[in-house]
Order: sequence, then C-alpha cells, then structure tokens
Amino acid sequence: MRAAFVRGLTAAARRDPRIMLLTSDLGYKVFDAFAGEFPGRFLNVGVAEANMIGVAAGLALGGMRPFAYSIAPFATLRCLEQIRNDVCYHNLPVSIVGVGGGYSYGPNGPTHHALEDIAVMRALPNMAVVCPGDPAETELAVMAAAARGGPVYLRIGRAGDPVVHRAPPSFQIGQAITIREGRDCTLISTGNILPVALDATDRLRASSVSCGVLNMHTVKPLDEAALHVCSRETRALFTIEEHSRIGGLGSAVAEWCAGNHILGPRLSFGAHDAFAPLTGSQSYLRARNGLTAESVAEMIVAQLARVAQC
Amino acid sequence: MDADVSMLEARARAVRARVLRMAHAGKTPHVACALSSVDILIALYFSVLRIDPASPADEARDRLLLSKGHGCMAQYAALVERGFFPEEVLAEYARDGGRLAEHPGPQCVPGIEAATGSLGHGLPMGAGLALAAKVRGQHHRTFVILSDGECYEGSVWEAALFAPAQRLDSLVAIVDYNGWSAMDRTEAVMAPFADKWRAFGWAVQEMDGHDLGAMASALSAAPCEPGRPSAVIARTVKGKGVSFMEDDLEWHYRPPTGDDLRRALAEVGV
Repeated sequence: MRAAFVRGLTAAARRDPRIMLLTSDLGYKVFDAFAGEFPGRFLNVGVAEANMIGVAAGLALGGMRPFAYSIAPFATLRCLEQIRNDVCYHNLPVSIVGVGGGYSYGPNGPTHHALEDIAVMRALPNMAVVCPGDPAETELAVMAAAARGGPVYLRIGRAGDPVVHRAPPSFQIGQAITIREGRDCTLISTGNILPVALDATDRLRASSVSCGVLNMHTVKPLDEAALHVCSRETRALFTIEEHSRIGGLGSAVAEWCAGNHILGPRLSFGAHDAFAPLTGSQSYLRARNGLTAESVAEMIVAQLARVAQC
Repeated sequence: MDADVSMLEARARAVRARVLRMAHAGKTPHVACALSSVDILIALYFSVLRIDPASPADEARDRLLLSKGHGCMAQYAALVERGFFPEEVLAEYARDGGRLAEHPGPQCVPGIEAATGSLGHGLPMGAGLALAAKVRGQHHRTFVILSDGECYEGSVWEAALFAPAQRLDSLVAIVDYNGWSAMDRTEAVMAPFADKWRAFGWAVQEMDGHDLGAMASALSAAPCEPGRPSAVIARTVKGKGVSFMEDDLEWHYRPPTGDDLRRALAEVGV
C-alpha cells in the first residue's frame, strides 16, 4: 500500500500545488521520485513527530495541504495532542498517514504495532478515519483525502498487501463499498484485513452460509445508510479489523446498532486487549488473535448455529 | 507607525487596565502572566506588525501566535486597542456563551491567528507558517510569543532544531522570560538560556521586555540575520505594572477582588 500511497499522492500533487509531503525520517528511498518531481514540496523533518504535526498545521494555516507520514503508532500517538489541538481544533486540511496498520510491522514488536490508532483518531472532532482495504483503494483514498479540506487519518498497510480490486472501485470518503452480496449475514471489514474477510466468506459458502462483505474503509464518518441496508437484509452483522477490539470498527458499529435499536447476533473480530507476548510475523500475529479466514468462518458458523437454536 | 514611546506607554497602560478589569469580572487566574506580556504585545501591534485591522485575513499580513495562550487577556485587550474588534466584546471573556475563552480558540475574534493553551504548540505551528510563506514565495513574517516555563516542553526544542535547519529567517521567537513557571523559578533549569538558542542556530538578542522603544526597534528589524530565525529573550517581570502583583506567583492564580482592582488601576494610572 506504501507504493500506492506514493502513486496517489503524486497524482494529487500534479493537480494541486498546495500538496506537500512531510515525513519524520521514515520511508527510505520511497519518496525519491516525489521529491525529484516536486522540489520544495517534500521535507524530511527528522525524528520529531510533534514538530512534524505542528509544522503541518502551520503549513495548512498558511494555505498548503500537507500530508504527514510515519509508522502508524508514531504518526498518531506520539503527537496526539498536536493532532487534536493544532489540526483538528482548527479543522485544517492536514492528512496524517500511518503506514503499517495493525501487525504490518509484526517482528518489530509491539512498539511498532498499530492497534489503538483507529480508536484514538476516531474520538477526535473533525477527523475522518480512512483505512483502505487494498492498494487500489489506497491510491484513491489519498486523492480523496487531498480534496477533503479537513483533517484525515489515512491508515495504510505496508508493502505486499494483496490486490482485491482488479479495476479501480468508486471511492468516496464515508461511502462503504459492497464487495460481495450475502443473504444470511454481513462481514464488515476495515483496512488491510480485507483479503482475510473475503477468504472467510469463501469458506462460509462451503458451509452453506451466504455472507456478504461490506468494506467500511471509512470508520468515521460511518456509512450509516450502508449499515441500515445490511441490518435490514441480513440477520447478523460481524466486524473484522486488524486493530484492538476496543474502540475501532467493532465499537463504531456496536455504537450505531445500540443507537438505532438494532439487536441480533454480532461478533467483532479484532486483536486481543494485549501487547503481543511473543514475536512473529504479521500472519503469525493475526493467527494468535483469531484473525484468519478459518477461525473467522468457524466462529461465524458457530454463532449462527447458536442463534438458530434459541 | 506609532513609534513614539510615550504614546506606546499610554497604550500599554490602557491595555493593562483592560486586563485587570477582565480578570476581575471573569474571576480568572493568569492576570500576572498577561501583564508580563503587555509591553511585548504593544511593541508588536503598534510598531512592528504589518497588519490592517480592517482586513485581518490579508494574505500579506505578518502573523502573531501567542503560544503562551494563558496570557491571552493581554492579546484580547491589545487587539481592542489596535482596533480589531470593539471594546464591548471583552465582556464576553470567561462568560457563558462568550467568544473569549481563557485560552483563545481558532479565529474566535479577528486578529487571533491560532488556538493555543497547551504549551509547546506555537513554535512548531509558527515554523509551519514561515515554511508555507517560503514555499509560496511570500514575504510576511511570523512572530511567536512563548513563556520561559513553556520551554520545558520538548516540542519547543524540536522546532528550535527545525527552524534554523530550514533557514526560516522570517520566523521570530519572542520568549516572555518572567522567571516563573506555574510553581517554581525557571532560572536554575533554563540558564544559560540565550546560549541554548544560539547553539541551536538562532540569531539571539536579549533585552528588557518592558523597554518599549528597544523592543520596537529590535523587532522591527527582524529578520536580524539573513538565513537564520531570530530569538528575542525579553526579560520581563511577572505582574508588571502593579506593585503588589510583581514577581509574586500568587497572581498566577488569584483573581483580583474589587479592592485589588481599584488599587491596581490607580497604580496603572488609568
């Protein structure tokens, strides 16, 4: 998704001279072409995230549209108050780009895992939280963020994320994408776990469960119209995200259900409320947290069976 | 341009009187913190800043950020003195439904460039404003007023590294050095203060932050050195202008009573 981010940003920067890219010393060689094409509009601010966000806010106050890039936990948590006060309070067109959503930086350890970022960013007024599901969506999400005119948190994967969309989808911030229709239940996904959600529904089909996949790439503002349709047309809603089960997509959907008096079976698949105790790759850590197609499909089948017995 | 010092002094007295009345009416703290910044603000608003109250969003205007947002009574009062908004608006300070909070909100009134209140935010934002001007080929300057206590914040020094490296010579940091943080004297921790800024690559000047003439001429000359941002260490007295508030930390917290207000206004000479 990182390469797709650069492609999208390059396209946006060609169109809009206000676009700038700041990085806090991450992305070795990733931005060389961008820096070459747009002299003066790329800046490595050094390992200083608080300053990067304050500078980005100042740039936006001065008429620019900066993107501020770092590994997701550093881009969001190290400089949280700058994001809150400098960017969101002023409602400025600053896009914060967190690379390495979830366990993308698996073997780097919990300091580099991003499992609370959606929860925290979602709580900030004026902030849009966008977690594209594949490289094609990433490219479009960058262009949409550049055009938004307000704060955006763009949470992307790393390198080698599988392609889901063979052709570019229609992409708008706040408008979920139905990837697969289903009759029995809906699995709502956000971010780089999308391919697992699709695998899980393939497995469910073998168990005669027709499960739709709704890609809620924007966790805030939530696409309530799409949720209404799913809750009306299928009898169970499930969510999946490579993020803590506290505060992310699962919480957002549960809040929406509670507020709209929508009952019915629900499961939220996500990371345990724990720092990974043992080291491992992204796929190892996903498996330790039940975020595999097998496990998700099994849990959904069991949940639907339990409901049928009631 | 109103460089006549006695005129500046008269304006500073008017602003101090407004600050005292606001703190009394709003029953708010930080009266001494505001009083220490008054002369810096008067020098800026009446001798230095290229601004026009009739067109507060003019692209070419100089920018001023009060990073020590808790001193904003002085900025609100100075903006009234400069004609940015009418005196009556000050009655909204710290009142239910009012526009003027104890720390300024984004564009809450004309002349406020940015919200501040949490310390350590103004200098990075100021550096961003200066960088935007550089990228866009604009020639205005950006001034940021910090407090010495604020310089405990790491983000101040992140920006202090950044601005000289980017050769942001249109950026001017003014430290209202009144010697106090909210609980302690700062000198033992901050000294040698000017040397720190110099070592980071800033063009540094130290001066009496209540000498209106000196402040006006030094700040008007900014940028002091081509290619370097400027730092002005303004030595000030917390509570300046009211003898019983001067250098007394109590007035970081205590709102003036009616009796305090009468005595203080008599001293200010309004």
